Amino acid sequence: MTTPPTSLTPAGDGRELLVARDIHKSFGQTVALAGANLSVAAGEILAIMGPSGSGKSTLLHCLAGILPPDSGETWFAGVRTDQLNDTARTELRRTSFGFVFQFGQLVPELTAEENVALPLLLNGIRRKPAVDAARLWLARLGLGGVGGRRSGELSGGQAQRVALARGLVTKPRVLFADEPTGSLDSLTGEQVMEHLVDAARTEGTTVVIVTHEPRVAAYAHREVMVRDGRVSAGRPQLATP
Amino acid sequence: MLGMTVPIALLGLLERESSYGYELKQRYDSQLGKGRPLPFGQVYATLGRLARDGKVTVGAAEPGAGPERKRYRITDDGIADFEAWLAQPVEPEPHLQTVLFMKVVLALLAGRPAQTYLDAQRAAHLNRMRELTASKRSATLLDALLADHALFRLEADLRWIDLTEARLDALTRELTQ
Repeated sequence: MTTPPTSLTPAGDGRELLVARDIHKSFGQTVALAGANLSVAAGEILAIMGPSGSGKSTLLHCLAGILPPDSGETWFAGVRTDQLNDTARTELRRTSFGFVFQFGQLVPELTAEENVALPLLLNGIRRKPAVDAARLWLARLGLGGVGGRRSGELSGGQAQRVALARGLVTKPRVLFADEPTGSLDSLTGEQVMEHLVDAARTEGTTVVIVTHEPRVAAYAHREVMVRDGRVSAGRPQLATP
Repeated sequence: MLGMTVPIALLGLLERESSYGYELKQRYDSQLGKGRPLPFGQVYATLGRLARDGKVTVGAAEPGAGPERKRYRITDDGIADFEAWLAQPVEPEPHLQTVLFMKVVLALLAGRPAQTYLDAQRAAHLNRMRELTASKRSATLLDALLADHALFRLEADLRWIDLTEARLDALTRELTQ
């Protein structure tokens, strides 16, 4: 194992679970990240905000090992994740991370229950315990009655809660959510966020949410702004006049 | 609310250059008042109080074609007041638009970084929204309804802050051309 990074947070208490250090990432001529630094403490719920095209989703993808940065370092639990090969990164995502995206991205051919059970099946869990765990999660998110429905038969809010159950069923250390309420009305979005935050608190899950919605960010402990591929803290220190 | 900000607005307008009372009124009316012009009486009364409190100095009367004119100049004390006002985010509550607007325009007119103010205000707003969101967890539906109203108002302010931030460069050019 490589030496863990020195602290990037003012607290410096060594509880950082995720760290991005001087991350650069471009897509062709387009610079998405230009020296982004971020650190997320274990158990923290962090909102990443910023205008469209600021690089906030790319930052999430780099932290989550979906995209390797062009340069810079990403760390998870004391391990350099940017240096892992594809297989190791896939393994990390499957075992330690959960994901919820703007549009649930459920597999349409599968029932809600099968969708939730899918990550467990991919991790080698047998079908019966996987489906049992899926049922428990669906019940926990108030979806006891819809386990047998396919995604086309679910409302937007139900589909998003199914996606949330799927993101949490493996009991990940970190849940990454990209605009998790983006396609929902206010009330349904609020219900999804309540479930997300409740589950994260109960399970001790660290949550990183990308959102441009202040009402979603208000569920987080802390927010950061991404601008032009860099991260600035949400609460700047003003110079004393 | 407007009345509270007139002295600070005059200080802000004076920061870049000294000016006559009449000029100050004209600049206030065209760039800040937006359909609510300042009465002359209020301009001179306010300048008088600022001079008494050591925030501005008053030059000698200059004879001209019209009535005698006096040039007002901001003092270090006045600059410190303006800086402190600019740096302090407004208590997040509904109906802030006048003060938010004034802070941005005055910061840009004075050649100061409006971004810093917007960041501080965004953080103050989000903090308040966090408090309201947390309070809803144990609230009755009626109390939650009230909290929601405040949350949507604050969100509207934040959308305006985001949009303003995206237009800061263009706004600066328009104000200083």
